[in-house]
Amino acid sequence: MDKHEMQRAIAQRVAQEFCDGNVVNLGIGIPSLAADFVPEDTMIYFQSENGILGTGPSPAAGCEDKHIANAGGKAVTVLPYGAFFDSSDSFGIIRGGHVDITVLGALQVDEAGNLANWIIPGKLVPGMGGAMDLVCGAKKVIIAMEHTAKGKPKILRQCTLPLTAAGQVNMIITEKCVFEVTQDGLVLTEISNGYTAEDIRNTTEADYILSPLLNIREVG
Amino acid sequence: MKDKRITVQQAGAMVPDNATVMVGGFIGVGAPDHITDELVRRGTKDLTVIANDTSFPGLGLGKMVERRQIKKFIGTHIGTNPETGRQMSAGEMDVTLIPQGTMVEKMRAAGYGLGGVLTGTGLGTLVAEGKQTVWVNGKEYLLEEPLGAEIALIYGTKVDEAGNVYYEGTTRNFNVMMSRAAKTVIVEAEEVVPVGGIDPNHVVIPGIFIDYIVEVANNG
Repeated sequence: MDKHEMQRAIAQRVAQEFCDGNVVNLGIGIPSLAADFVPEDTMIYFQSENGILGTGPSPAAGCEDKHIANAGGKAVTVLPYGAFFDSSDSFGIIRGGHVDITVLGALQVDEAGNLANWIIPGKLVPGMGGAMDLVCGAKKVIIAMEHTAKGKPKILRQCTLPLTAAGQVNMIITEKCVFEVTQDGLVLTEISNGYTAEDIRNTTEADYILSPLLNIREVG
Repeated sequence: MKDKRITVQQAGAMVPDNATVMVGGFIGVGAPDHITDELVRRGTKDLTVIANDTSFPGLGLGKMVERRQIKKFIGTHIGTNPETGRQMSAGEMDVTLIPQGTMVEKMRAAGYGLGGVLTGTGLGTLVAEGKQTVWVNGKEYLLEEPLGAEIALIYGTKVDEAGNVYYEGTTRNFNVMMSRAAKTVIVEAEEVVPVGGIDPNHVVIPGIFIDYIVEVANNG
């Protein structure tokens, strides 16, 4: 599997978490790809924190409306059941618990469900944007990311970078596996076809428990 | 009725060196680019700018960053403009990052006569450092103080001569709360219409919040 296929496989698994009628906010990168895998009979309200519910697909070239963009600044469309609002309403929706699922990438995530994804001190400081509010306010927080960065584990015993939020992550989905964050720590619930338990152990710093219901995920 | 219309040159002249200025927009969408271009032309300097982001290089606030007109930036995300990050790392610009939902509520507090807001966003992170926390009904919150400004430069899609503002798409973003939070509010209008040209049912910002209107043709 090349990098592109791997990212799409992660996004496809993310989309399996969506239920009909859910309000979902997708971060940039791998999370945004999940919109491509929503089943046709499932209606999802995609929320963009810049002020839109019911975000539709990208417009055809030449049909962009300069007034309609997503939180990444990319031209999008709005679906007939959609709505526009200002930043205060948008974060009222987010902080107020009206977003069912938020999907974000991570630099690091740890056993306690802590997330770091907004700053590498002295190197990269993009800022938190809406991520801190999303992670604190959404009912379910899913981290969708590649399992390692340049071969180094990203799922750690304890995050070393400044946190985006403490103890808010519910699920971690990578190309190799799925972890659920529970009161007892991380639980490995799925292994993707083609990977072994040993491979996951060797590339995950965090401790975790094997779920008695461990699944093998077929990919592709 | 007071005539609120001014030229873009007059608008630029209202922003003195060293002023604290709010600037609407979300990564270039719904931003008062003609007024910030005028500030670039005038060379207004040592500004404290409060905005979601610093746009892209070569657009809107991005041009003011390149010309080093901003000494302090308060916002949520600077990832779309690498020059802002460079100036911050080099100690040339003071940057304060605030979670997006918190920033808009700080503005709401300033504009609506509140002493602050309580939010769970940022607890357990760098954002909480030095801030008071408050317990309400067994839950911990951060006390975030009001954030106001002398001047707000905002965008409107259609504005009537009384200052009532109508928005298309995702252009509302921070513009709405900035109109509440600043002492003097100047709106850059894509189109100005006579009173009666906007149905009161469709007004997003009531005209009493708007002090001056700048009409620009073909706002991008």
